[in-house]
Amino acid sequence: MSGPVFSGSLELAAGVVLVCAAVTLWRRSLNAIVKTLAIQGLALGAVALVLGIHQHDGGLIAVACFVAVAKGAAIPTLLRRVVRSDPTSREAAPLINVPASLVGAGALTLFAFATTAPVTTLLPTTAGRLIPIGFATLLIGFFAMTVRRKAVSQIVGLLLVDNGIALIAFLATSGVPLIIELGVSLDVLLVVVVLRVLATQMGSRFGGFDLDQLRELHD
Amino acid sequence: MLAIVVLILPIAAGAASAVLAWRRSVSWFGTATSGAVLITGVILAVQVVHGRPVVALDGALRVDALSAFMVIVIGVIALLATWQSVRYLSAEIDAGRCSQRHAALYGVLVQAFLASMLLAVVAANLGVLWVAIEATTIATTFLVGHRRTRNSLEASWKYITICSVGIALAFLGTVLFYLAALHVGGHAHASLDWTALIAVSHHLDPGVVRLAMALLVLGYGTKVGLAPMHSWLPDAHSQAPAPVSALMSGVLLTVAFYALLRFKAIADGALGPTFPRALLVTVGLLSLVIAASLLLTQRDYKRMLAYHSVEHMGLIALGAAAGSSLAIAAVLLHILGHGLAKGVLFLASGEILLSEGTSEIDQIKALLVRRPALGGIFGFGLLALLGLPPFSLFVSELNMLRAEVQVGLGWAAAISLVCMAVIFGAVMSHGRHLLLGSAGGQRVHKTPGIVTVPLIGGLVGCAFLGVIAWPMQSLLQAAAHVVAI
Repeated sequence: MSGPVFSGSLELAAGVVLVCAAVTLWRRSLNAIVKTLAIQGLALGAVALVLGIHQHDGGLIAVACFVAVAKGAAIPTLLRRVVRSDPTSREAAPLINVPASLVGAGALTLFAFATTAPVTTLLPTTAGRLIPIGFATLLIGFFAMTVRRKAVSQIVGLLLVDNGIALIAFLATSGVPLIIELGVSLDVLLVVVVLRVLATQMGSRFGGFDLDQLRELHD
Repeated sequence: MLAIVVLILPIAAGAASAVLAWRRSVSWFGTATSGAVLITGVILAVQVVHGRPVVALDGALRVDALSAFMVIVIGVIALLATWQSVRYLSAEIDAGRCSQRHAALYGVLVQAFLASMLLAVVAANLGVLWVAIEATTIATTFLVGHRRTRNSLEASWKYITICSVGIALAFLGTVLFYLAALHVGGHAHASLDWTALIAVSHHLDPGVVRLAMALLVLGYGTKVGLAPMHSWLPDAHSQAPAPVSALMSGVLLTVAFYALLRFKAIADGALGPTFPRALLVTVGLLSLVIAASLLLTQRDYKRMLAYHSVEHMGLIALGAAAGSSLAIAAVLLHILGHGLAKGVLFLASGEILLSEGTSEIDQIKALLVRRPALGGIFGFGLLALLGLPPFSLFVSELNMLRAEVQVGLGWAAAISLVCMAVIFGAVMSHGRHLLLGSAGGQRVHKTPGIVTVPLIGGLVGCAFLGVIAWPMQSLLQAAAHVVAI
């Protein structure tokens, strides 16, 4: 892959990851949020694929396919089932409204560029310059977890955090060693399965998926 | 070879639980394998204490003195907890709260939990360490919610979401260490090996390592239960079944802390001790202050024990911040002593909950008169946990304070002493309410031997280590040498 094509496609794929993170804050329909997450998973796979092709690294290309299947298809399918069993399936009243959330996402992105300076100076490559995008995705994920009140939105927030970190790992180190990458992905998949079971149990026990129900335990 | 045996033992017990339906003999098999893990840990310790580390599976598993010590800690608490699990499951099945299938699932999950903790401490690769610690979260979530009440479901949800976020940050920190190592020109396959990283630690980029270490303290600190990331801990530890609480509080917290010790040794090499020390002192003192303020007003004895864990993790963080050989040896002894005392107390609290039917301190009185054996164990357990002699926590706390003063952290040691005094007063008053008073003519109950034997054994072990530390002395020193400054 020639230089400009490589950097162009890498920037495009990384940019899609960040845009998807912002879109999850903008949309209220849980179905749309899960769909956005699937697109983000595919974009993350594309980042790994572009890097793999550029570096002629067969292992990384295999990881890219695995990531695309796991994050672009498997996890969204798991979440869609939870959404379907939720009667309202909308994020009715987030703690912070949508315009304010988007402003917050913008501020977090600026903050990400400021804090990652030591990493970007160590890695002045095409991939290295994109690392702040991963940090921004991670921070937006945190933000989504704190201001959203639906079980599914919290799982999505957690996955945004995870995708942001995966993006940083790909850009900074071309992925951690293969065996670790597989272990990490398996763990993430299992966490989503566990959260799905808990969300379903909560739905049948409390009759809803609102985390405002979780107020029993405190000091 | 022995490093592999340690991992196969719990897997075998878990498989037995999965294949055979629940019955007491299968449950006892789990206890026996935990005992075997303990024995294997002791053999490993003898091998590595004066010799070279034991390596297995092409260097993927590596047991040095520190790993062997952690295997022993896990083995001891696992022995107590799986012993008590037999009693817990029989009681739940008899009361109709738990089906046979559910009991078998419990057996599988507890053994999976033990296997992942053991993998965490014998793995040579810091990435595998991360995968293993994340696996403990997955295995324990359903165990926290094992009673399937509304409260335990809430506790499980908070537990897995908060810990997954924390552990994600720890992964980012690990990746940044990997980045720093790749930049030195380390071999791609060896770069996450802890020995390879420590060998190049002086050449790692300080800016990246600083960012990475902050993320790791936040991330693994969440699993350790250090403030301000501790909010899941009291909920999860109070809602889980007693044997699971004992394992989570007694060992899981310190296994996560073991990860921090490994990374701290690398960061010390790259940055010098100042920055890692500042991070650990901050979270350690915050944990102590928060634990002290919340213990004063605690009304639930299981939550009281949970906040007590936050306090002890704060003490351990301060000890590790000092970082000298004396400090690390004391931290390790404290890890074992706290595990024993807290394990015994959580197991005893499970028995109290079973027989009294409440976890409110106000609802229980005169336990010492009505159930002398159980009340006695709980009382002595509290004394051990508060750091009174002859229990080993007294020795380890004293040595940690001494080491802190030696490296110029005397002010932090003074603040921790104030917090410990407040906690002492608070816990003594809660304990007095629970244990003393007049029984009002109620009859005296006996506590079955299956409960008392392991718990008294745990307390005697804790006192024994406090009086004569010699069986552990050379192991503690060898283990401290691995990560001390």
